[in-house]
Order: sequence, then structure tokens, then C-alpha cells
Amino acid sequence: MEEKIKAKIMDSGKIKRAFNRITNEITERNRDLNNLVIIGIRTRGVFIAKRISQLIEKFEGIEVPIGILDITLYRDDFSERKEKHIVKQTKIDFSITDKDVLLVDDVLFTGRTIRAAMDSIIDLGRPKTIQLLVFIDRGHRELPIKPDYIGKSLPTSRREKVRVKLKDIDKKDEVIIIEPAGMK
Amino acid sequence: MVFKQKHLLGIQPLSTSEIITILDTAESLIEISSREVKKVPILRGKTIINLFYEPSTRTRSSFELAAKRLSADISNFSNQSSSVVKGETLKDTILNLEAMNTDAIIIRHAFAGSPYFISTFCSSHIINAGDGAHEHPTQALLDAFTIKQRKKKFSGLKIVIAGDILHSRVARSNILLFKKLGAEVVLVGPPPLLPPYFSKLGAKIDYNLDRAIKGADVIIMLRIQLERQDKSFFPSLREYRKLYSLTRKRFQKAKKDAIIMHPGPINRDVEISTDLADSTESVILQQVENGVAVRMAVLYLLLGGKEHEIAD
Repeated sequence: MEEKIKAKIMDSGKIKRAFNRITNEITERNRDLNNLVIIGIRTRGVFIAKRISQLIEKFEGIEVPIGILDITLYRDDFSERKEKHIVKQTKIDFSITDKDVLLVDDVLFTGRTIRAAMDSIIDLGRPKTIQLLVFIDRGHRELPIKPDYIGKSLPTSRREKVRVKLKDIDKKDEVIIIEPAGMK
Repeated sequence: MVFKQKHLLGIQPLSTSEIITILDTAESLIEISSREVKKVPILRGKTIINLFYEPSTRTRSSFELAAKRLSADISNFSNQSSSVVKGETLKDTILNLEAMNTDAIIIRHAFAGSPYFISTFCSSHIINAGDGAHEHPTQALLDAFTIKQRKKKFSGLKIVIAGDILHSRVARSNILLFKKLGAEVVLVGPPPLLPPYFSKLGAKIDYNLDRAIKGADVIIMLRIQLERQDKSFFPSLREYRKLYSLTRKRFQKAKKDAIIMHPGPINRDVEISTDLADSTESVILQQVENGVAVRMAVLYLLLGGKEHEIAD
């Protein structure tokens, strides 16, 4: 389907400031940063997790470990979908038991991805806490899930799509809203 | 993502990209088996039947664990304990099992082509776990996965398969698979166990193990099927051992980083010497470990999602 860009919501400057603010919120709330681990949800969540980890190291001098989570095997829309999902590797090289887990995703929409991610994390161990960071909260929740850290809250219509682009993977930092062509 | 098969009847019907999809998926799934909770919910509610008309420990339990680690329900049937002994036909057995709403049937049968036969009237996914001397696709896939782990790529590799090629479904599936992935395959064995028509599958044929092994990257030793030796395919076990057993001395002619594989069960000091079977060059137990991941990948790709309906 053809798509067209409806609006550019954030540029690299805004994105940078949002990252700085979120990082400060995380360090303020988590007194013991040595107990913090970050788990990014594939694909964009991983790059956001890396950026956060770098900023924590820059501000506080503490290196926070990062894990990668693929939630394909925990999806609830699995048998309804026509297309099969590619399973990618989950790579969490540390124990999460008794840790403060910071779960990171790019866009929070229905909340179903986060439900799957939490189920997956709990199968891997028993964390002390799970906190949720999303870069964009676009609303339309279908489950009782609320993020702890938000880059930007963005009211959207259901048919629109939100893309978070990051320079590590998409060559530039920006957040855009996309509308499927032929719709108003 | 490329995977459009409804069944896994053999390596032959698979495209190279479908094979790569299976291997990549297995790569992602292997980590689950080393978790503390070795289970993910993706195939929850799916019913799988393990139907084994021939004895097996490795393959049957490997499929069983693969299904369980994906949260599917699996039931085991073997011919000794089922109504087969009362004279029920294969078709009737399958129709009866399917009447219990199965999603997949994994079958091992002494007759080549039986999985295909079942697939013509059965709506479940059919997985071939070995049919006569025809194919054993998941064994070939786990062999390929193990080779990929060690060697990274297939082009330029020299893979020697030695032993009883004639009766080996593993050899047939392996030849087809390695050729699709671009490796060179050399078959070795005594002439009565290695008919010349195997060259039609794209493999080279050699009757001299010492010569064939030179420069090999991978050596796959096949089991001498002692239970089939009543037809005397070679004069004596002692002679076979002398000419075709993999010993340390023979192995030294292969490449320095060559690996030794065997689909099991091994006859120690018949086709392979005990010290080699237990050596660091042997990846026989890694094959078994990888088997679970590869079978998980196959079950996931066949049973998860509905892509085959588009292909239909």
C-alpha cells in the first residue's frame, strides 16, 4: 500500500532533548543504577535502549547492560495473521532475577506488544520491578498498560502509523506520522 | 520471509531460501533450550501426533521435546503399542487419529513415500521423520545447521559421506540439501552399498575412503545397518572396518579443522573408532542438541501462522 507522510512530529533536536529528559527521569527514579538492566524490544526498541544506556553512562558513569527481546513467540495475534513472523534471536546475557528491568519500545499503541514482552521476561526470571519506556505514546490502548517514561504523547487516529526513525538504523533522527494513501 | 510448505515431506520439495529460513529460525530458537524455563507459548493448543512405525529414540524424543518447548501437546504412538498389531491399515490409523482433531502428524515408516501418501488425504501438517530408504529431512537440516555453526558457509566445502549409502535415507536427504546449499558432496562406500546412480543426485562417488577424505571439511559417517546385513553386502565386518572405518590415521588426511558427524546410533569401532567419536573434532552430540532447535523451527514454520493458505 502506498503511504504518505502526514506530518513530521519531531526533528533531531527535539529527539535529543527528549532522550536527555527521559534519562534524567530514569536516573532520578532508580537510585541504585547498578541494579538496572535495559531490555529493548526488537527492532527500534533496541536502538533506543542503546541510546539510553550511553546517556546514563555519560551522565552517571555507570554502564547498564542491554538485552534484546524478540516477542514473536509470545504474540496473541499469531493465528489470526496471514503473514508469518520471522523469529529473531532473544539475546539477554544476564540474569534478570531481582533486577530493575527497564523495558524499551519505540511506539506504544494497543499495549499488546508490551503484554507479550512482560510474559516473555517473566519466563526468563523474576525481576524486582519492570518499568516501561516508550518513545511515542500514540494512545488507543486495549490493555491496562501505562508507560513510566514517555518521549512524547501523540494523539493519533487508528489508521495512521507512527514511525520513529533513529540515525543508528535509519540514517537520521525523526518521528513522522504516515497515512495510508487514498484515506482522508 | 520465505516458507510456503504445508508439509515437510523431504528436502527435495524445499527451495534453497526455504531451507535458509528453517536454519535461520532454528538459530533464533536454540536459545530457548538453555533457559531455566525451556518453554515459549507460541504453539499453545496445537495437537501433534508422533507416529513411529520403526524404532527410534533420538528422533522421536527430539520431536517430542521440540513440540513441548513450543507449548504444543504431543502424543506418542508406536506400532508395538497401537492397533497396527491388530491389522489396521495406515490410512485407517491416520483417519482415526485425525478424527481427534490433530494439527500435525510426525511419521516414521518403513515404506518410502508413506508421508506423501498420507498427505494426499489428510488435512493435518505431515512431517516426515524417515520413510524407508527415501528421506529423513529433519536429520539433514540439523546436519546442515551443525555445519553452518562451525563452517559459516557451504560454498567451497567438501563434505564426505561414508558408509552404507544404499540403505540410508539420511544420505539421500543430505545430498539433496548440501547440493542446494552449494557444497561439494563425495560419497564413499563399498560398491554394493554405493550404486553408481547416486551420481545423478549431483554427488561424486569414490570407493576409496583414504583418497576421498583428502581435503575434506566435513566427514559424515553412516551407521552400518547391521540388521540389514543378512544379504551380505560386503564379505565381512572385519574387511569393512579395514577399508571404511574412520580412524585417527585416516582422519589426518582431512583438512586440519575438519569435523566428524554421525546421525547415530553409532557402532563404536565399526564405522568410527571410539577415540574419534569422543574427540573434540566430533560434533555428534552437538548434532543431537541442534536437532531439537531445528525441529522447533520446522514445527513453528508449519504450524504457526497461516501462510500456507495463501500458497494453497
